[in-house]
Amino acid sequence: MSEPLVLELQVKPLDFLAAGETATHFKETLKSLGLPPDICRKAAIVVYEAEMNIVIHGGGGVMCLQVEEDKVTIIAKDKGPGIEDLELAMKEGYSSAPDFIRELGFGAGMGLPNIKKNSDELYIDTAPGKGTKLRAVIYLDKRR
Amino acid sequence: MMKISEIEALLGARRLFDTAALEKEVEYALASDLMSDVLAFALAASLLITGLTNIQIIRTATMLDMTGIIFVRNKRPLEEAVALARKLDIPVLLCKKSMFETCGLLYQAGLKSCTILDEESD
Ligand SMILES: Nc1ncnc2c1ncn2[C@@H]1O[C@H](COP(=O)(O)OP(=O)(O)OP(=O)(O)O)[C@@H](O)[C@H]1O
Ligand SMILES: [Mg+2]
Repeated sequence: MSEPLVLELQVKPLDFLAAGETATHFKETLKSLGLPPDICRKAAIVVYEAEMNIVIHGGGGVMCLQVEEDKVTIIAKDKGPGIEDLELAMKEGYSSAPDFIRELGFGAGMGLPNIKKNSDELYIDTAPGKGTKLRAVIYLDKRR
Repeated sequence: MMKISEIEALLGARRLFDTAALEKEVEYALASDLMSDVLAFALAASLLITGLTNIQIIRTATMLDMTGIIFVRNKRPLEEAVALARKLDIPVLLCKKSMFETCGLLYQAGLKSCTILDEESD
């Protein structure tokens, strides 16, 4: 695997039937590449949480998966409302999700902290009115 | 450790469809109607017990490599959820008991809880 593998998929806003398709597809791809199950699982959690955030909060966007020899990188981009107070958004329990999202079983403010927990590096670039770009890196060799 | 098919018998539950995966074993379980929490706390190869019925329940359980799903309170998963469960081949049980009773019986039978928080921390 010398050339990095790159996948990119569009994510529609507020489409709760399709939400998670990207994560399922990316996870199948990682499994078919023969990556270790714990890496596939961590990446799947990160992709799914980021995808749900694009669906619920971001007004739709793009998810990108990059697989290199030593790491998996997940990028989630949207041109939605952005996050005003990122420090607050990173706290467990903070959520701006409306009630109908809670009825689906989401909107408990666990997603961003869970993305952090399951990735080795996390960068979030966001500004009100400009959108949000999240980049998470998972190293295949954790001893790095 | 219990097979999903043994859990089916213990609870008097009904399988949604036949699959060889009903013979897989689980040691841990997590009961919740909050997928946000399931995503944060479920262990791989554990069992999900829930009363929510939408397609994201199947997405959540499979994303986490969970072994099976029990729908309690006589809830039936929505059609698209059923179709996805079949496609991804994750065993599903339908149970008429409450979540409390389901958990009680499984706990009594020796299943363990996915740790939510360290007992020491507060
Ligand atoms: N892509 C995004 N665009 C705009 N706001 C976002 C985005 N992602 C997250 N946020 C903001 O950050 C908050 C916290 O996000 P987080 O994923 O932790 O929780 P949640 O999505 O509200 O609930 P959960 O993830 O538990 O379903 C959100 O409620 C929202 O206000
Ligand atoms: Mg979220």
